[in-house]
Amino acid sequence: MSEQIEVIDSLAGMTLFADLTPPQLEAVAHTFDEDFFDEGIRILRKGFAGSGFYVIIEGEAAVNLDGKQIATLSRGDFFGDISALLGELPTADVTATRPLRCAVLSADELDRFLLAYPTVALRMLKALARRMRNQNTWRN
Amino acid sequence: MAELNERPFPPGEYPVVVVGTGPGGLQTSYYLTQLGVKHALISADEQPAGMFQRFPFFQRLVTWSKPHAPVEKTERRNEWYDWNSLLSDDPALRGSVIEFMDGSSYFPSRPEMEKGLLAFAERAKIAARYGCRWESTARAGDDFVLTTSDGEYRCSTLVFAIGMTQAWKPDIDGIDLVPHYVEMKPAKEFAGKHVFIMGKRNSGFELADGLLPWAKQLILGSPRPAKLSIITHSTSGARARYMQPYEDNALGGGHFVLDAAIERIERTADGYRVHTSGTTKPGVMIFEVDEVVAGTGFTTPLGDLPALGVKTFYQNRLPAQTPFFQSATVPGVFFAGSVTQGSIGLKKYGIPSNSAAVHGFRYNARVLAHHIAETRHGVKIERPSVEPGRVVQYLLDEATNAPELWNQQSYLARVLNVDRARGITDEGIVPLQHFVDAGGPDAVAITVETDGTGDIHPALYIRRDGTTEERVLASNPLNDFATSEHHAELTSALKPLID
Repeated sequence: MSEQIEVIDSLAGMTLFADLTPPQLEAVAHTFDEDFFDEGIRILRKGFAGSGFYVIIEGEAAVNLDGKQIATLSRGDFFGDISALLGELPTADVTATRPLRCAVLSADELDRFLLAYPTVALRMLKALARRMRNQNTWRN
Repeated sequence: MAELNERPFPPGEYPVVVVGTGPGGLQTSYYLTQLGVKHALISADEQPAGMFQRFPFFQRLVTWSKPHAPVEKTERRNEWYDWNSLLSDDPALRGSVIEFMDGSSYFPSRPEMEKGLLAFAERAKIAARYGCRWESTARAGDDFVLTTSDGEYRCSTLVFAIGMTQAWKPDIDGIDLVPHYVEMKPAKEFAGKHVFIMGKRNSGFELADGLLPWAKQLILGSPRPAKLSIITHSTSGARARYMQPYEDNALGGGHFVLDAAIERIERTADGYRVHTSGTTKPGVMIFEVDEVVAGTGFTTPLGDLPALGVKTFYQNRLPAQTPFFQSATVPGVFFAGSVTQGSIGLKKYGIPSNSAAVHGFRYNARVLAHHIAETRHGVKIERPSVEPGRVVQYLLDEATNAPELWNQQSYLARVLNVDRARGITDEGIVPLQHFVDAGGPDAVAITVETDGTGDIHPALYIRRDGTTEERVLASNPLNDFATSEHHAELTSALKPLID
């Protein structure tokens, strides 16, 4: 896997982390863990406590609610944010549909992380706003 | 059984080949033998004990073995108090590390650990072919062919217990100029020197703690703030016994623990110049020091396994694995020992398993041996019946006492299958991820978990009609989960399943 992209380089290319300086990026890359999930593995489990905040480095995942796929996620997308921010149990499953590498932060660390990097919080807020707009558009 | 000083397992064909005679390889071989699975155990080393022949550098482990535990060393429960001895079904073989400890610390010294492992290997009559180095790996139909320094081995099941003990350095300009942890000089050679230690995990803090009496000034630097075990509620954080340098930093004593990205290292006439850039507090910092040591961690010596198709992650330092420690991409290739941390499990609350250390991976080895025996070599594993009236007390006793559940929290579970026709059967200790994701008949699993606040409690997973639900039980100030309140809570939770 010599072509495997270093986490830091990968994060540097993501909108979420676009405002960070190189030293900040390096700190972020070391703050997150890197986990791998093979195709078919569940990452987020509906109703299970203790999940995290995940940013996809490479691969694809599906968001499933009650057996129905409601969204697909790929590089640069993040998930687990709602349950981590609200301290609630996940309301959907997220399953790897292709081998998936993620940068992972435990839910307990997300608040502190976003306060330390407010530009990431702003980027995340915009992404959530787009997600909400798209849902409303779809519903309309 | 061959004696230790003979050279058993000559090259040839075996059902299973296990590579490595550190604690992971020894434990796997022990249980494969118990289950009647024929295998060859080979090792590049000249004796058992793996990395404990050399490390830790400062000669004392961070994992406890309590000589005066609340229970006898021959009891199963004692495994929670003795993190370093290998497991055995024979009580006489248990607690072998404690036996050699001199009482001056409840953390064994490196020689005490080594003696305990050697004694276990000898008493359990674990035969191995020492001085036999694995060189390359190839497929041959459904089999694998291992080329070693002694010749070729052919098998259908391969287990690599090769340790995550090879020096690893990040890609930093000039880092090749400085020694790694594994290349450390004796501590006294740091007397009166300014020393920069790269890394703030256990190996970095171990070096700093060991050099405190010698160095004039210590600077520990890495981009991420130090994670401490007492804050993360996990052994993955830097351990409390290495915290003296951290306290010195906190009190302004002259040693420093800094959050800084290391940009490059230069040689100077008298030492090194380390260029850094602050992360949590921005700013350029340049240090002129006499010595630099890279406490930057370790990688797995995977040899040609990635070329065979073994998928890796974590900067290629670990092979990706299934819940039963099989390569995620090459069926038939399994891992044991500290490399099993590549099977990450649920990692609830961000807390990893203890698979990086003996107290975690010794249970993985037993699970692995059972899995290999049953699924690949036709061994029938007995599953005892459990009377419905005993279920609640049994599960609560397990949550309170089972060393598997305490040492591998949220990772390994005690599982009971509930079948209307066949009754309730004890499925043994099973990876929690397998239980919650693989589906199966109605069943209940119990684990112990520590949540983000540090609260330790049992967690219950009830699978009914193909859907698994999680239910967290109450904690207890004395970690007694077999109280009448727990009994009532669990009885109520299981009512739909066992009635």
